[in-house]
Amino acid sequence: MRYAILLLGAPYSSQAAHSALRFAQAVIARGHRLEAVFFYADGVHNAASLATPPQDEPQIVDGWVDLQRDHDVRLEVCIAAALRRGIIDAAEAARHGKDGHSLAPPFTLTGLGQLIDLGVDCDRLITFGA
Amino acid sequence: MTVTTSVDEGAAGELLVILRHGPHSGIALKEGLDAALVAAAFGRRVSLLFMGSGVAALMPGQGKGPLDQKGTLPTLDMLEMYDIDRCYADSASLEALDMSADALVIDVTAVDSGGVAQLMACHSLVMTF
Repeated sequence: MRYAILLLGAPYSSQAAHSALRFAQAVIARGHRLEAVFFYADGVHNAASLATPPQDEPQIVDGWVDLQRDHDVRLEVCIAAALRRGIIDAAEAARHGKDGHSLAPPFTLTGLGQLIDLGVDCDRLITFGA
Repeated sequence: MTVTTSVDEGAAGELLVILRHGPHSGIALKEGLDAALVAAAFGRRVSLLFMGSGVAALMPGQGKGPLDQKGTLPTLDMLEMYDIDRCYADSASLEALDMSADALVIDVTAVDSGGVAQLMACHSLVMTF
């Protein structure tokens, strides 16, 4: 079955990101295809390249990056939700005259239309953290 | 206030967007509405269900938020332009805030818990905000 995840919660401040990551790993372990994780609302903080949690705590950002590398799961971040929360890639930083950027590769900024397409195209869209 | 138990499934949309946050406590309601508008702009048939604090979005006479939040009332006014005309509100949530489905900023159908369950069942895609 083809899955997608919609994640609305920031890591550490809510359980949503932790549950979503474990669900993602479980879906793949069961032999399903996880097409993409869409990060929206406070979920965009999962893509923060500058996040530096203590070493003995779950490494959530790394967990998403591993999923992309090992299982080709697309990591799509809503651009409108991200920019207002300070999650910004190099191109947008240049466009808005900002000194630095904070979107960890391989996360990519995209539009909400992508979320709608995922919902329609995949067999299941599972939301975490409403 | 007329409460509907049985939803006309033939008239249902493809996507049900459930809105559970109030208009000024945060940005969750706005971001949920944005998702609904984008889906409609992409040609999807969208239904809205207001539940919990989300029904406060339907309260008439809202201004901007006291902390300079833009609020969501202007967005609700645009729903018709996006052909989003299937709007529902959970009747228990309306009653909890002493609101009546007859005096809201947009036309909604009040549904009881059975109607809510039916809405979730008859839409192929549900997004909860």
